[in-house]
Amino acid sequence: MRDVAIIGVGMTKFGELWEQSLRDQFAEAALEAMDNAGVKKLDSLYVGAMSSGMYVNQEHLASVMADYIGQEGIPATRVESACASGAIAVRSAYLEVASGMSDIVLAGGVEKMWDTEDGTFVLAAASDQEYEAYNGVTFPGLYAMMARVYMEKYGLTREELAQIPIMNHKHAVNNPNAQYPMEMSLSTVLNSSMVADPLRLMDCSPITDGAACVILCPLDQASKYTDKYVKIKAIGAATGPIALHDHKDLTRLDAVRLSGERAYQMAGVTPRDIDFVEVHDCFSIAQILCVEELGFFEYGTAGKAFANGEGTYGGKIVVNPSGGLKAKGHPVGATGVAQILEAFLQLTGQAGLRQVPNAKLGMTQNMGGSGGSSVVTILEKI
Amino acid sequence: MANSPRYHREKAHRYRLEAQKFSSGYVTLANRYIDPNTGSREFEIINLKGTGTILSYTIVHISSDQFGHQTPFPVAIIETDEGARITAMVADCNPEDLKIGGKVQLVFRKIQEEGASGIINYGYKAVLIDN
Amino acid sequence: MIGIVGYGSYVPAYRIKSSTIAAQWGDDPVAIERGLMLKEKTVPGQDEDTITIAVAAAKSAIIRAGIDPQRIGAVYIGSESHPYAVKPSGTVLVDACGIGPDVHVADFEFACKAGSEAMFVAYSHVKSGNMDYALGIGADTSQGAPGDALEYSASAGGAAFIFGREKVLADVLFTNSYTSDTPDFWRREYQMYPRHGGRFTGEPAYFKHVLGAATGLLDKSGMKPEDFKYAVFHMPNGKFPLKAGNTLGFTNKQMEQGWVVNIMGNTYSGSSPTGLAAILDVAEPGDKIFMVSFGSGAGSDGFIFEATDELPKVQDLAPKTRDLLNGKKIYLDYGKYAAYRRKILFNE
Repeated sequence: MRDVAIIGVGMTKFGELWEQSLRDQFAEAALEAMDNAGVKKLDSLYVGAMSSGMYVNQEHLASVMADYIGQEGIPATRVESACASGAIAVRSAYLEVASGMSDIVLAGGVEKMWDTEDGTFVLAAASDQEYEAYNGVTFPGLYAMMARVYMEKYGLTREELAQIPIMNHKHAVNNPNAQYPMEMSLSTVLNSSMVADPLRLMDCSPITDGAACVILCPLDQASKYTDKYVKIKAIGAATGPIALHDHKDLTRLDAVRLSGERAYQMAGVTPRDIDFVEVHDCFSIAQILCVEELGFFEYGTAGKAFANGEGTYGGKIVVNPSGGLKAKGHPVGATGVAQILEAFLQLTGQAGLRQVPNAKLGMTQNMGGSGGSSVVTILEKI
Repeated sequence: MANSPRYHREKAHRYRLEAQKFSSGYVTLANRYIDPNTGSREFEIINLKGTGTILSYTIVHISSDQFGHQTPFPVAIIETDEGARITAMVADCNPEDLKIGGKVQLVFRKIQEEGASGIINYGYKAVLIDN
Repeated sequence: MIGIVGYGSYVPAYRIKSSTIAAQWGDDPVAIERGLMLKEKTVPGQDEDTITIAVAAAKSAIIRAGIDPQRIGAVYIGSESHPYAVKPSGTVLVDACGIGPDVHVADFEFACKAGSEAMFVAYSHVKSGNMDYALGIGADTSQGAPGDALEYSASAGGAAFIFGREKVLADVLFTNSYTSDTPDFWRREYQMYPRHGGRFTGEPAYFKHVLGAATGLLDKSGMKPEDFKYAVFHMPNGKFPLKAGNTLGFTNKQMEQGWVVNIMGNTYSGSSPTGLAAILDVAEPGDKIFMVSFGSGAGSDGFIFEATDELPKVQDLAPKTRDLLNGKKIYLDYGKYAAYRRKILFNE
């Protein structure tokens, strides 16, 4: 297996993109990534999207995207793993390059969420349709049930939980592509409308349109294209049960832990070596659960650690320097790629005002559903 | 939203709480070919009694359109006395009475209607007992 | 001996008070409660309908009967509010209760007496020797038009009776019926609410048929009101059944246990059947029970039962009717009631 690098990235702004269609979004991000990498021809592409069918009645994205980015004829694949579709696209692209089958592969993710009115219904397709969604539970509802058990078990307070959106919004102020690049106060979080008790609107990542793409090539060819590239040091992936009720412990996300362990082992590093991590904060509680499963904090302690500043600049580790899903936005299929894009910018010193100082090793963690799938990458500054 | 074949297929589980008990003791309401823990394919069919305990719950305020007029409604993850794990709405409930560890009984209720002209979907919901 | 071998009833937890409805329409609550003798009525939850009510009642009946549901050979549900116009409620019930597939099913319709008709046919199947067990149910979630007098009484609930010849709880001694073409209350197809003939629903309809069936039944049996421990008549409101009973010579004391209407309302096809279930919950061996239903259009079914030694053994095995009526209650304001009962137009 060859070592693989990322040589270029591109993304649309994340937000309400009324003037751009699904393919417009992907084309903008893909062409920017190709320009950024200095490539005109791809060998292959992977596009991750959770629900283009349910949102805009469009499937067969392999053909649509290859066609509309001017690469008609190349092999192309659409992948899906709910909210982890993006990172799965990168993993798939990585395997194609690492195996030697292709050299220049684009991995992108896209979602067009604002075209439909009943988003809750579409997102419920990431849960167990017949035994969860059928009985009325929603995604916020599933995470709310995890939050309730966690709060009772570890004494996490409502105010501590609110620190996650506050922290992530603070980081997003310096992210020009973020959907909500503005600070958020405690009272805004606590007074926002109830979505699924105890989670309020400001505990939930927003509905977002957007796309993000990265270009992969063999590490030993990267300098032919650019002097700003990073190495994909490791990718670990895992699945968990589709239904939250089948988790033995409702406060644990085994798929996150497993995918993290696989990545750490492949990279030969430990949590202490990681300078920043983009985690999957689909809901505030998820940020706490994920950093614990990834080994950054002991189980039951992340909430208090965040409240003490351990998750931001100057603290133990910078979590979600991009603003995370909450403030940057969460176009479902694109998120995993956008996290990797952020890691690329941080490691190549292009993160502007949100630059993590001396970043050498970054991690991303992208999760599907209520822990049904998880993909962790570790990227290294070259 | 279900449609006739998809709905019809799950009836034994949703109507009569028909479940599979594998040789390891693992019990599942949803149809499975294989025990996810042991890989065993040996099971017997049992009917759950319908009694269980709440492991967690939430009150859903924003739901998909199908359940729109019923919000806010409680949903709980329940472990039945036989050890099966399920997710169900809690019916006829004062939200203040919900607690982790609360006891419930599953009852036969209407889950949704497929519009004004479609089929009516039935299934199980939980009601609190020994309040 | 051929009679009831299992029985059960179900009422929803939701209630609305007559005074709440009166306040909505500017009626005098005191006059309403006095005139109709109704304090409050049951309201079906948004997740309840005739089928879910029938299933709950049937499950209790099966528990009390102590039989394998597979032995039930026919299931008849009588209602005025079957969820489907075409697809019998009974088809869902048999799958929900583990009955069949070798089972006869049909839905019955005869305004408020569809339930008693279902009971009669179930009884007849056993009596004729066609099968060992048959189930007859009366259940309803009937609607009253907003602002109409019937809005105070139209309620939800039901009762189920399994007939058989072994371990009989209540022996059927006599039955009869009395039917004529009387347009006192009806609903045309595609109309949401029924219409009625005002005072015409009284003497020429309810009383003519109830008294007609009752006197016919007393003649047929050679029995007198004093022979009975309990009597129950169809309960469209609190007053009519008491007046009918008194006219025949029954006392209020005999009717008291089955007179559930003042806290339940009129559950149409479930009305006298639920009253009967309330009686069976307390009857003692040897007690004779007189029941006459009424359905607009119009007709009445009469039954005479005698409680047996088996009845006390099963009374506690499933919820009792008055325990359900006096148990968990969730009161609704008019707005919630109107939303639950789909009187509000939603965007579909």
